[in-house]
Amino acid sequence: MKTLRIGSGAGYSGDRIEPAIELAEHGDLDYLVFECLAERTIALAQQARLLDPQAGFDPLLGERMRRVLPFVGRGADGQRRRLRVITNMGAANPLAAAREVRRIAGELGLPGLKVIALSGDDVLATLLDDPSQTLDNGKTLASLGERLISANAYLGVDGIIDALRADADVVITGRVADPSLFLAPQIFEFGWATDDWTLLGRGTLVGHLLECAGQISGGYFADPGFKDVPDLARLGFPLAEVDATGRAVISKVAGSGGRIDTATCTEQMIYEVHDPAAYLTPDVSADFSAVSFTVQGPDQVLAVGADGRERPPSLKVSVGYLDGWIGEGQISYGGPGALARGRLAREVVLERLKLTGVAFEEIRAELIGVDALHGLELGARADSEPWEVRLRVAARCADRAEAVRIGNEVETLYTNGPYGGGGASKSVRQVVAVASLLLPRDAVTVQIHSEDMA
Amino acid sequence: MSGIKLRELAHSRTGDKGDTSNISVIAFRAEDYPRLCQWLTVERVTAHFAELLDPSGPPLRRYELPNVHALNFVLPGILRGGVTRSLALDAHGKALGAALLDLEL
Repeated sequence: MKTLRIGSGAGYSGDRIEPAIELAEHGDLDYLVFECLAERTIALAQQARLLDPQAGFDPLLGERMRRVLPFVGRGADGQRRRLRVITNMGAANPLAAAREVRRIAGELGLPGLKVIALSGDDVLATLLDDPSQTLDNGKTLASLGERLISANAYLGVDGIIDALRADADVVITGRVADPSLFLAPQIFEFGWATDDWTLLGRGTLVGHLLECAGQISGGYFADPGFKDVPDLARLGFPLAEVDATGRAVISKVAGSGGRIDTATCTEQMIYEVHDPAAYLTPDVSADFSAVSFTVQGPDQVLAVGADGRERPPSLKVSVGYLDGWIGEGQISYGGPGALARGRLAREVVLERLKLTGVAFEEIRAELIGVDALHGLELGARADSEPWEVRLRVAARCADRAEAVRIGNEVETLYTNGPYGGGGASKSVRQVVAVASLLLPRDAVTVQIHSEDMA
Repeated sequence: MSGIKLRELAHSRTGDKGDTSNISVIAFRAEDYPRLCQWLTVERVTAHFAELLDPSGPPLRRYELPNVHALNFVLPGILRGGVTRSLALDAHGKALGAALLDLEL
């Protein structure tokens, strides 16, 4: 039976590159997928595009493509197809990203590569036809006004399948649901019907398991003495070998670091899932509730039992908007009495912000090493006082100037605060918030672009 | 069985979506799964995270995955505005699961 080997080359935009190249070189892959778009990455990219119309795609696109394209396409003899690449690194500007990939292919002496970009996920103009629509946070689009910067629908497999049919070697998308990047080549290669919900559920499980790259092969897992992972610095990225029935074996390149077993697979299957019987994507409502994993060999796990039901009627749209500024300051205290001095420093900063009338919408003042991650109640479970603590004050302000004053009040503790404060730092950043709404499918038109538009 | 911490019997991973966290609890050994189902009630986990949960928000939910001897807890609102606006040091809540493993059974 024909099988398909799909590798995962990135779990987020800034991910390591050499494990992806290791997969391309030694994974005997048919497809390599790079998933690089977190919730608000497109909103940030859209801001970059406003400043420069040729920008707005993944900053590591060029480096990744320079390293991986030599393994893509028909090669020197022009006969055997080697691996194809599917990626959402197009972010807010897939067409410009595709142009950049063609340029790099030319530089590398690979002019025959077919690079296809997908458009249609950017629905900002469509949404603005009806600004009375309400987001999941209760705000209307109209109320965001000038602060609204992006609106992108989560596309499914359709456009990617069109691109593969058009013989693409490299498919560049903007916002596409993460598992769809992996499901599309399975549908295309095996000829699955796009309403065979069981097969789509199985293929979506494969995508969900692979989409965070190293998170299934030993990353985000090691807990020394309880869960040990060999050679974490050389973590190998995962690949799946899938057959036409959706039966999949997850593995990695022999000799790479990390581990793949039922424990790593189970953690990743439940990652970012709510109801395991209804994992919604644009393509299917996938059911992972009866999945089971079986070890087939060293770092080889068989996944079976996924199912699916009819896809949701609407597409989710992620809306990015500017939402004020976060000002932050930090300073450390160490040695005997560090905790008491850290607490005093916190009181002083909060009182100073009140005295000087700094306007903020929300504030957090916490002691790193004590209560910053889990609050006071859980933080109090520590057996003894920490040797060192770090005060962190962060506040969200409507105006940048107010946000600047947060870090300044922490910094002035150097000469005005408790004994021995060291290593003060401060920062200000603009908040790009994300909310969502649902859009009917027929409001979205997906198109593929084989050549540059004039 | 008193005095045993969850960490001895299970492992965990935390994910985020909007302002909701989900925390998996996976038994190291399949035979411990029924006990986890019995002990890790919605009430106990809610009490463990009481300080961090929004008392006026929607309740915590629990899902069972017997084939992989795991539970999945969904904690709406715990990320306070979500990853993109949160003031928290760990805006994703990645470290939450580790706190749950300190629960005494």
